[in-house]
Formats: sequence, structure tokens, C-alpha cells
Amino acid sequence: MQPTAGLAPSSLSLKDLPWQIDWDIHTCTLCGRCTAVCPVNAIELGVFRKRELHAKPGIPEKPTNTYTIYHGIRQRTDPAYRCIGCAMCNMVCPNNSIRPRKLAESPMLWYHHNRGGQPRTRGGRRNESGSLLDQLKFIRISMLTDPALDAGRHEFELKTLLGRILPPEEELKALKENGWTPPVREIYPLIIGGMSFGALSPNMWEGLIMGVTYLNEEMGIPARISTGEGGCPPRLLRSRFIKYVILQIASGYFGWDEIIRAIPEMQEDPCAVEIKYGQGAKPGDGGLLMWYKVNKLISALRGVPQGVSLPSPPTHQTKYSIEEAVAKMIQSMYMAWGFRVPVYPKISASSTSLAVLNNLVRNPYAAALGVDGEDGGTGAAYNVSINHMGHPIASNLRDCYLNLVAQGRQNEIPIIAGGGIGKNGNLAANAASLIMLGASAVQVGKYMMQAAAGCVGSEADRCNICNIGLCPKGITSQDPRIYRRLDPEKVAERVVDVYLSFDTEMRKIFAPLGRSTSLPIGMSDALGIADKDAAERLQIKYVV
Amino acid sequence: MCRLFSLTSRDPVSPMLAINALNVMKEGHDGSGVGLCLRGLGGPFGEMKEAPILSGIFTEAGLKRLSQVSADIGLDPKYSMTFTPKTPPPPGTPKRGTYLARAFDIPDAWKGLAPEELAREYTRFRLMLRTTGEEQGDMQVFSFWPDTLMVKEVGDPMEVAAYLGLDNKDLVARQILAQGRQNTNYAINLYACHPFFIQGVCSMTNGENTAFIPIREYLASRGVDGYCGYQSDSEVFAHILHYTVNRLGLDLEYYKHVITPLTNEELDGHPDRENLVRLKQACRKLVIDGPNCVIGCLPDGSMFMCQDRKKLRPGVVGGKPGVFAFSSEICGLNAAIPDRDTSKDFQPMHLDTAIVRPDCQEVTICSQLQALPHLH
Ligand code: SF4
Ligand code: SF4
Repeated sequence: MQPTAGLAPSSLSLKDLPWQIDWDIHTCTLCGRCTAVCPVNAIELGVFRKRELHAKPGIPEKPTNTYTIYHGIRQRTDPAYRCIGCAMCNMVCPNNSIRPRKLAESPMLWYHHNRGGQPRTRGGRRNESGSLLDQLKFIRISMLTDPALDAGRHEFELKTLLGRILPPEEELKALKENGWTPPVREIYPLIIGGMSFGALSPNMWEGLIMGVTYLNEEMGIPARISTGEGGCPPRLLRSRFIKYVILQIASGYFGWDEIIRAIPEMQEDPCAVEIKYGQGAKPGDGGLLMWYKVNKLISALRGVPQGVSLPSPPTHQTKYSIEEAVAKMIQSMYMAWGFRVPVYPKISASSTSLAVLNNLVRNPYAAALGVDGEDGGTGAAYNVSINHMGHPIASNLRDCYLNLVAQGRQNEIPIIAGGGIGKNGNLAANAASLIMLGASAVQVGKYMMQAAAGCVGSEADRCNICNIGLCPKGITSQDPRIYRRLDPEKVAERVVDVYLSFDTEMRKIFAPLGRSTSLPIGMSDALGIADKDAAERLQIKYVV
Repeated sequence: MCRLFSLTSRDPVSPMLAINALNVMKEGHDGSGVGLCLRGLGGPFGEMKEAPILSGIFTEAGLKRLSQVSADIGLDPKYSMTFTPKTPPPPGTPKRGTYLARAFDIPDAWKGLAPEELAREYTRFRLMLRTTGEEQGDMQVFSFWPDTLMVKEVGDPMEVAAYLGLDNKDLVARQILAQGRQNTNYAINLYACHPFFIQGVCSMTNGENTAFIPIREYLASRGVDGYCGYQSDSEVFAHILHYTVNRLGLDLEYYKHVITPLTNEELDGHPDRENLVRLKQACRKLVIDGPNCVIGCLPDGSMFMCQDRKKLRPGVVGGKPGVFAFSSEICGLNAAIPDRDTSKDFQPMHLDTAIVRPDCQEVTICSQLQALPHLH
């Protein structure tokens, strides 16, 4: 017998979808909010017909049947409209009648993500829940000769330096001779990493900037935020708040025109300029802003036509090599601001990190190095890049730091580490570990989205549609109908909460180590791990 | 917590004064070692101020080898003071051999060298002896420097002093730094015993330096001969002092700014703000942490005491013109200089450095909030 519906090779059953919608007919009031809020139209109102047989016991009467119809929710099985598990439907349901559920075994969709021969692109994270950073323990506790410090009572200096630091001899020489020294900023070691205006919605951006400003001006915490590639809103460029901002310029130079135009009118210098060469979550790919999100505002800001995808090239065509690119771009950015602003490159952690670092050491202008490991989030990239490319941050950072130590330069080029920090929620512990492995500061992006704006993405491939402009929370969308969901004031409040609690946790970690008057950069004797190979690789203690 | 006692006197005095003070302070402390650094020597050594003195502990074979290697490079022994114990060692002290301090005439090749060059030759010679001594187990060398004598041993300070006969009338000095060592985080090792000495710069500390690893890594990468070893986490203090004074050419008043810089708020109103901010940034790797009382002595004989930023360790300075002492506890000071004006005793707080200059006339208090001497 033929089936009544057409079955194509890529027809999926509900069972094949990773996210299942559980809908309760008994409590649903059919208000329709869930279908209205679903960002991907995975559910629709459905009309169901039901036939009931009535067979009475005994021979005399023939069985009868009746037909009824009822209304309910139908989940679509077309891969293009599959449920992403965001649970927005649950959030808006007045009766808790609907919720997504993860199906443990659901491989089929993997093979049908490439409609039209296009491999899947997605935003989000690596879908790998383990984290080496979470395995690190702090083992040096002052107890024998000394009392541990009191995290609440003692003064703590949790600040770091961004900018090239001269060796003491040279600094003193410059002091005596009144010579030029590279600009240095004192900042908080937790930086909000580059998420571009374009990737993020205007409301999200506003919320982050407001939060950072509040931290600086009201709480005395010198937090900084990187703009990400793709420029900066002209009004912000000309405002006093730009000093809390690290301007990111990428090899694609998107948004650079706006910045140049603003320079003569800028009231304040930006905190620093970050030249982006790579992002750890999609190394070598460069940014990928997909056409869905390139609306009028974004196209104006970036100087590109509307509605085209914007993959930024890993390096610009005018650059012969990375060394040349680094050298030239650093030089020209320094000149743009009269040698008053630190300029540094950010690269994806890779086997060539050391080569870049060694070039920077010899470049008297290079202000720092950002290394970004594989576990970070991304606004958009090909599935294969997110899942399978990149270098873990811990060992890459450690290599970089020890390389500087061997040259006696560990004070001079601060290393900013990123990639998967706090991916399982342990932000302070992960950050403290990286600092003890040699980072001068850490940068987080994904964590901020999750903690400050309620991003629902997870390491289980939940949501992860940042790239198509349908972000259910309004974080990564350029569509006002969606991003109106996000209240910038509330985001700002959460940013402040995140920083303040981070600050307390950092003190709680440093106090028993006896460390309070400067950041324990490179204090590797405080770290231990129960994995022999990892201990050896990171040159820390093996503890079981 | 280790006991610290140091003394600076116009006229040479016996180190027993310091040992006594340590003994008075001893309380609940297990006497796991004693270290002594004597400078501004009197007695026979006082007559040969320019001659480098080698101090250390040598076995029979070590003594022979020492004569050999020193002769090889033309070091000519001038005067030796040995402490060869006649009695069995006190409990806890191993039997080691001869405790020697030997002054040398320097080889012709070294004469006429610039002071820095000469200093490097001294240091290299000491390091060479120390390394080969460690390999062959025949010598432990603590210093090789003019007008300086060092003694280190494991055990109770008083018993060790009696065992070695440190009450020798020829053994007198103007600056004495002594530490009664308590337990440590590390294995007991004579090289880990305070005070630490390098090229005329000496310091000792009680407490713990939690920033030890990064500071050690930094110092070790500075390319200065002698920044090595580091068996104690406080050894870095002596090297930071050496680095500040010898390498960076800064006055003693700057040392505290290097190890415990002011906060930004404190710097805001400071007359030397600009310089100090930059110094703080450049020397960030040398910021110490953890509770410490640091006592030190410079090549010119100045002696000082300062505290870590949190001031979690006691320390007191007092005395009378002609003799001043720095002690980790008042009872030590009372024992050594009972007839001083106790109302002038000073306990440095978290911003202070208490300095007694070589003339031994007064205690100068230098606060980090004050203006600093000019950079020169
Ligand atoms: S979980 Fe999200 S995607 Fe799935 S049905 Fe609900 S709203 Fe739609
Ligand atoms: S909630 Fe928004 S930002 Fe978070 S994963 Fe989904 S689309 Fe991306």
C-alpha cells in the first residue's frame, strides 16, 4: 500500500528532530502566544480530526463512529523550520502547557542541514561540554606561616595593564630624558570581547555600553568593551564614553571610514585599538555577517550594500604577509591617534601564535597580544569551523607566556586570553586560572550574552541561530520587531551584576593564596590538575 | 614565624649580641636554623677592607679543592678564621667540617678592573664554587665579598653559636643581620637560610612571599649573574633590592615603591606621581605579596626595615646614637639595647621605611607619601 503522504529522502519524522515539543492538550488555552513568539516558526496552530468508534457489547447493534475536530499545536518537521529548543514558547505560555525537550538520540537532522548544497552555518558555540579550564584547581593556600587574607576586609588590587611596558631600565632612562614611552592603560582584567555592531542588536550594544559606563563611573571598576569588527556608531565615537571602548579594526577594514571621519571630532581617545586577525571559534574564517542582518543601518555603518553577506577576509589583499600586516597596521593606527593609544593584534590561538608573538616582541609599538582559543562563541560560522577548528586556549596561552619568560619579556607584552572562559558558568575560576597561567587579562563574549542578556544558546546545540537575525532574545537580531524584546537598561544592570560578583569571586580565590596587591599573573605554582598529561603540558603540578 | 634581629653600631660588636636577642625572642619557635651576615668587620678582617672574604662550610676535600682553585686563578690567601667545633654538634645539627672565612689578595688580572667588572668576577667565582660544591658535596659557599662574613647552620641559634664559638673576640662587626629560622614551606637547605647576600646588598625576611614564582622568573631572566638558586621564596627580596639599587640606580627610598607600590588614590596627590606611576608599571613584576617584614643592609652600611603592604608582621626599630637595632619583636630590642629611650622606638607601618644611615645617629622614617630624592 502506498503511504498517503509523499516520502522524500529527506523527509524527517518528529522522532528525527533533536528538539521535541511537548504540548499538553489539557491545560492549553489556545491563546496562540507560543506560535507568535517562535522565532523559526517551528510550531503552528493545527486542526486535528479524530474519529471515534463506538462498539457496544453484544451482537444486536452495529458499531458506529463519530468525527470530532480539535485545535492544537503542530510541530513542523521540515529541517528549515525545525525547533531550536529556545523555549520561548514556554516562556510566554500562561499555563506552562508547552515546552521543548531534547531527544537523546536524534542523528537524522545532521545529514539534512545542507539544503541546496549549502553546508550549515550557525552561530553559537562548539557543542562540547567539557572544559579543561574547569579541571584546574587552586592548590597553593597560605596557612602554615601566614594567615589567609580576608577577601572582604583587605584591600585588593585587581587591575591589569594594557599597553607595552618597557623594561625598568628603559623606562627610567625615558623618565630621566623625558623620552616617549608607549601609552599604557590600567584596566580591569575582564574585558567584554569583540562582538560587532551588526552581530549584536542595537539594544544589546546599548545595554553593554551602559553597563560598562556605570561600572567605570559609579563603581570604580575600569571595565572595557571591544567593539568587534565593523565599526562603531558615530555618536559613540564622538562621546566621552569612547574611552571605555576598545575599537576593533579588522583586516576587512569594515567601519574604518566612519572612525577616520570621527577622529578630528573625538573628545576622548579610545582605550585601545585591537586589530582583529582571527577569532578562536572560527580560526582563519574571519567574521561572517550574513545577509539577513545587513540592514540599512549596518550597511551605512560598514559602507557596504544592503542585504549582502559580509565574510571578512582573514587578511586584507593589500597585505603581503601577517608580519607585514601586523607591523603596518599597528604603525598606522598609532599615527592616527598621535601615538597616544595602545594598538595590538588579536589572533586565533593556533600553532603560529608564537611566531606572531615573537614579531610583536621586536616591534616597539605593539601594545599587547590577544589570543583567542577554540571554545569561544561566534555570531556565525560554518558548522565545521566551529566544531573542528581551533586550538585550546590554556596550552596556547601557556606557550606564549613561557616564551616571553624565556626572553625576559613577560612584563612587556600583556597577553589577553579568550575562548571558552566560563562556558560552564565558572567565570571567575576560569579567568583566575588563565591569569595564573600567564594572561594579563581575559575576554569573554558568549558569557556576557548568556549572563547579561539571557542568551539561551548552550553547548547542546540549543538555539544557535545568531546568524540569521531571528535571535529569540533579541540579542543578535537587527529586526526591531525582535530586538524590542531586549531592554537595554536591564542588560546594563546585569552587566554590572556580573562584574561585581566576578570581583568578589576573584578576591575569594586570591585571598587564600595570599595574593592581594597585584594580579597573580604567571603564578603557576598555585595551580594543579589531576591529569598528568595536562600538568606536564602546562608545567603545573600534577595532583590527584 | 622566623625571628629577625639586626644591629648597626658605630663600633664593632660581637655577633653574640644578636644571637642573644634571637634567643630572648625564641618562643614556640623550633630553631630550625640560624643565619648571620656580618659587615663593617673589626678585628683582623677590619684591617683588610678591600680583600674579598670567602665564607662557607668545607669538608677536608673541599678545603683542598678550594686552595687549588683559588691558586689557579691567582687568589692569594691572606688571613683565615676557622670555626672547627671540638664538641659534638647540638641535636639537629649535622656534622659538616670546617666553617671558614678566608680573605684573599686578588689576582693581578683583576686589579684595575672597573668596580662592576670586579663585582662580577667575585660573583662568578662564588657561583662556580657553589655549583661545583653542590655537585661534589664538599663545600657550601655563602659569600665572597670584601668586608663581609656569613655563617649559616641548622639548629637552635644559641646552641649553634656555642658549638661554633662565635664569641671569638676577633669576630666583631658594625652591621649584623641575624635570623633565627623557623620552619619553612621548603625542605631545609642551608642555602635557603636567611640572610641573603649579593654584592654588598643583604636582606632577610620573615613570612611568605606568595608572588615568588613570577618574581623569580622575572629576576632570573634579567641576565644578572647571581640571580639564581632561590631555595627560599624570600631570596627574591635581596635580589629586588640589588636590582633596584645596583641595576636601576635608585635610592633606598624607592625600594618600597618597587615592592609595594602605592594605590592609584594615594598616587593622585603625590608630588612624584608621574614618575611613580611609570615606575609602578615598569616594575609590576617585582611587587611582593604576603606578610613580610624586610630588614636589609646596603653596601654603604645603611640598614633599613620595611613592611609588606598589609603590615601583617611585627617589626620595631630603636636604639641610641651609636647603636641601633631592628627587631621582629620588642623583647629582642630590649635585650640588645636596654638603655635606649624606648619612647623613640618606632614600628614601621605599611607605608614606612625606617632607615639608619652608616653614621648610626638616628632613625630616619621615610613614608611613601613623601617626595622622593631626584632620579640621577
Ligand atoms: S522551543 Fe523555540 S523554536 Fe521550539 S517551538 Fe518553542 S519557541 Fe519555537
Ligand atoms: S539566544 Fe540569540 S544570541 Fe543566544 S544563541 Fe540564540 S540566537 Fe544566538
